[in-house]
This record gives sequence, structure tokens and C-alpha cells, in this order.
Amino acid sequence: MSDAAMVAHQVGYEQRSFWRNPASAFFAFALPMVFLVVFASIFRNTDVEVAGHRVAYNDYYIPALIAFGVMGACFTNIAVSVAVRRDSGILKRMRGTPLPAWAFIAGLVGSSVVVSAVLTGLTTLFGIVAFGVHAPAHVPALLATLAIGSVVFCALGLGVTVVIPNAEAAAPIVQLLLLPLVFISGTFFTIDQGSLPAKIATYFPVRHLIAAMQSAFDPAGVAGDGWSTNDYKVMAIWGLAGLIVAIRHFRWEPRHT
Amino acid sequence: MQAIVVRGLRKSYGSTHALADVSFEVQPGEVFGLLGPNGAGKTTAVEILEGFRRRDAGEVSVLGVDPERGGRHLRQRIGLVLQECAVPPLLTVTELIDLYRGYYPAPRPTADIIELVGLGEKSTARIKTLSGGQQRRLDVALSLVGDPELIFLDEPTTGFDPSARRQAWDLVRNMRSLGKTILLTTHYMDEAQQLADRICILRHGVVVAEGTPQSLRAATDGRTRVRFTLPAGADLAALAPPVTVEDGVAWLETTTPAQTLHDLTAWALARDLDLADIEVTRPSLEDVYLELTAHE
Repeated sequence: MSDAAMVAHQVGYEQRSFWRNPASAFFAFALPMVFLVVFASIFRNTDVEVAGHRVAYNDYYIPALIAFGVMGACFTNIAVSVAVRRDSGILKRMRGTPLPAWAFIAGLVGSSVVVSAVLTGLTTLFGIVAFGVHAPAHVPALLATLAIGSVVFCALGLGVTVVIPNAEAAAPIVQLLLLPLVFISGTFFTIDQGSLPAKIATYFPVRHLIAAMQSAFDPAGVAGDGWSTNDYKVMAIWGLAGLIVAIRHFRWEPRHT
Repeated sequence: MQAIVVRGLRKSYGSTHALADVSFEVQPGEVFGLLGPNGAGKTTAVEILEGFRRRDAGEVSVLGVDPERGGRHLRQRIGLVLQECAVPPLLTVTELIDLYRGYYPAPRPTADIIELVGLGEKSTARIKTLSGGQQRRLDVALSLVGDPELIFLDEPTTGFDPSARRQAWDLVRNMRSLGKTILLTTHYMDEAQQLADRICILRHGVVVAEGTPQSLRAATDGRTRVRFTLPAGADLAALAPPVTVEDGVAWLETTTPAQTLHDLTAWALARDLDLADIEVTRPSLEDVYLELTAHE
């Protein structure tokens, strides 16, 4: 089997496992869709101020929600599914086959990127049709942000498995790390950029994925061609850190008690 | 060439010596039983051979290759059944086998594999709906997917009920008849006796006995065991052959059974005891095993 065919083979397996698992399909897919309908319905007639421009709440919220969806599909999904499979011995068993480690990881990442892309497409379409959101102004920048964001949060998901002791601890640890950042990064409401939480958020990748998504949608037409080089840089540094931790310390077997 | 060669193998975890100077060889086409109680070092030895653990010292060769350096090419030629049954619950039997088929250069046909492990009626069932025994058979099926030369079975029947164990034994015999070399670990002597061509008994990381079931049993040659329930108030001091008493049962071993039984019956008749449940047996392989692995 060629390398590409091998990765496609793994992506197929990961897709089956993802959509058939009620927990992963719910947290990574249904939850963002529920948030989309709930928040977009409640605040559909309000607007918010972003960098001196007034935009409709949903024009602000939809790109942020897409970023939130990408984090769930990549970071949360990979961390939890690796921890569960590691504990049950499935990872060790795969390690005993000729499948190379890189192909296994590529399958996980590829599958998460597919889920992220589907979520991005559906959320955008639903936003436009049901909530009158502006179509993304800069499609190339949107695709670049989606690709960079997905891969970076996959790498962080792989990295965080190192500190997860067992399967039961996976979801609580991941949510404890992710949710505070999601709130202080202004996913659901704008945050005063001079405030301390907003300043803290600028050091973490969550804020930068949201900002890059909002630049790509650019409802006020102020983001040039929508590329957010600085946001990409911060995300890339975090992604690299996650990758290095994963390469050095990734475990295929449960922690021995 | 031998399928497996192990010479002077050592492995410690901290100050615990899991393996202290273990040596054995496995010939192609044989079923080799690695037997021992929990903690004897069986799984450590097998995981070193499978390439999951590094050894501290010694020589190890699996199909002519050092498992620490064998990588992908060695893994294409071996099949593993680990101690923990590990099959993803949400796929179907066929899907999982097809997934694993993609990992090997010349996999066996899916239908063949399902037939071999007797899961034909379950081929489209989700794995989570299978019984524990069926999941274990699927686990065994995965080890056969790549049509390996050598298969490691690490305690494949632990936790099975008697009928599931018999089915698993038949499965191992099927694998043997395909010409596979099999290294089987177990802590059941009867399992090793049923399946293995040769047995190696480990205790505290040391080989305490090795040979065919017949040759191990030869260690009991010439020994006869006599057991009887000790009658109430019996006066053992007057009995010529020395006996051991455990839980009200007296037993002794002798190399001169005629003389011993004569003395014993004379003693009993003189005291009007009938020794109703007396047994005269040759020690079983199980007895040999228990003696070899007993705690000091």
C-alpha cells in the first residue's frame, strides 16, 4: 500500500469511529450546532463593536463559533480518543502491527481536519441562510486559517495526552484547559481588549484562531485580504510545542499503576 | 534456523529482577509453552520478544532478527495476542479485520480469517455486541491477518469458562495445523500440557524446568503418592513411613510402594482403622508444576 493509500485507510477508520461514537459526535459536532442555533437566535438583532466598527452580533459570533468547533473536533476529540484507546490497549495492539506511527497520527489528524471542514461549511451555510450572516469575505484566508488552526489544535491534542493519566480523566482535563480560554477569548461575547482576561488570552492559541477566523469573514471590510500573519505565528509556536511534547513523551500503553 | 533464541536474558524494574538469566529456544512449527505463576516474568519475556520492551542484557533473536531493531519488517512476520483483549467496540467484525488487512503486504482473505476463528455468524455485528469469548477470538483473528510465521499468545484463556477454554484450545490447534510457530504463555499447567510441544517453567524470572510434557513428567518416575484421611485419634508416631498431614489429610511419597503399603495397612489393621478413602497415585504434571513453583 502506498503511503497516501495507507493514510486514507486510517482516515476511513477514524471517520467510522468518530461518527459512531455518541460522545465524540456529540461534543465535537452536535454541541457547536446547538450553540449556533441558541446564541444566534437570542442575539440576532443586536450588534457589537469590534475595533471601532459596529457589526451584527452574528457576524461576530459565527466565525468565533467555527473556531470553537475546530478546537472541539481537533484538540478535544484527539485527546479523548487517544486516552480512551491507550487505556483499553487498542493503541498498544496497533503498535504491534506494521502500521508506522506517523501513519496512525496522520490518520487521526486527517480525520479531525475532515470533521473541522464539515463543521465550518455547515456553520457558514447555516449562518448565511438562517441568520443573515455575511458570506466570508476572504475564502483563501478562511481555508488557510482552517488548515492551520486544525493542524495546530491536533498537535496540541496529541501533546496534552501526555499529562492525561487515564481515560476517565481525559474529558475533565481537556475541558478545564480549554473552556476558560474559550470564554476569555471572546467566543460568545466581546471582551474589552484592555481588560486583564483579554490580555491573558493573547498568549494562548484560542484567541488567535478566533481572531484569524473573524479576519477571514471580515464583515466590516477592514481586514485587507483577511490574512492574519501574527495570529498564524502564535498558533504555529503553540502547535510546534505540542508536537515536540508529543514526539518526546507520547505513550502507546496505559500508565502502570 | 530457530524461530526464537533467548540467551542470558535479563530485565529489572528498579530493584526487582523480572528476568534473571533466562535462556530458551523455540523451533519453527512448534507450540512452545511459557508457564509460570503471576509475576514469574512470562509477560516481560514475551514483551521483549514482541519489541515492546528493551532488555537489560542478553541475546534475543526473533525469526533471525533482534526485536529491538526489527521494526516494520519484523512486525509483518509476527502476530500478537496481548494479555488485554483490545478490539475497538464500534466497528463490525469485518471492518476491523479489513482495517488490519491494510497493514500487511500479503493478508489472508477476510472470510478465511472469520471462518478460522468461528465468527461467521457475527461478521456484520458491532464488536461491542460480542461476548467476551467472541471478542477474544476476534483478537486472535487479528493476529492471523498478516499470515505470520510466528504468533505470540499471552495468556489467551485467562478468565474463560471451561467451554470457552476448550474452544480457544481448538483454535490454537488450528493455528498449529497451519504451520505457525506459537509461543504461548499461561499459568495453567493443563493448558500447556494440552497444547504445547515443549514447556518452559519460569519462577521469579528464572527457568526452573524445560522439556516436553512427557520429559517433565519423567521427573516423577519411580515416585508414588499415597493419600488418606487421617482417622480421629490415630497414633501416627507408631507408623513406620513418615507422613505429612495437611488439613486432616495425610500423604506420603515413596519409591517402594509395596513395602510402604504393607507397613501402612499393618499399622491400620492393628488399630482397627479402615482407611476408607485411601488413594495411590503417580504425581501429575500439575503436582510437578506446583512443587517447582511453590513459595519457599
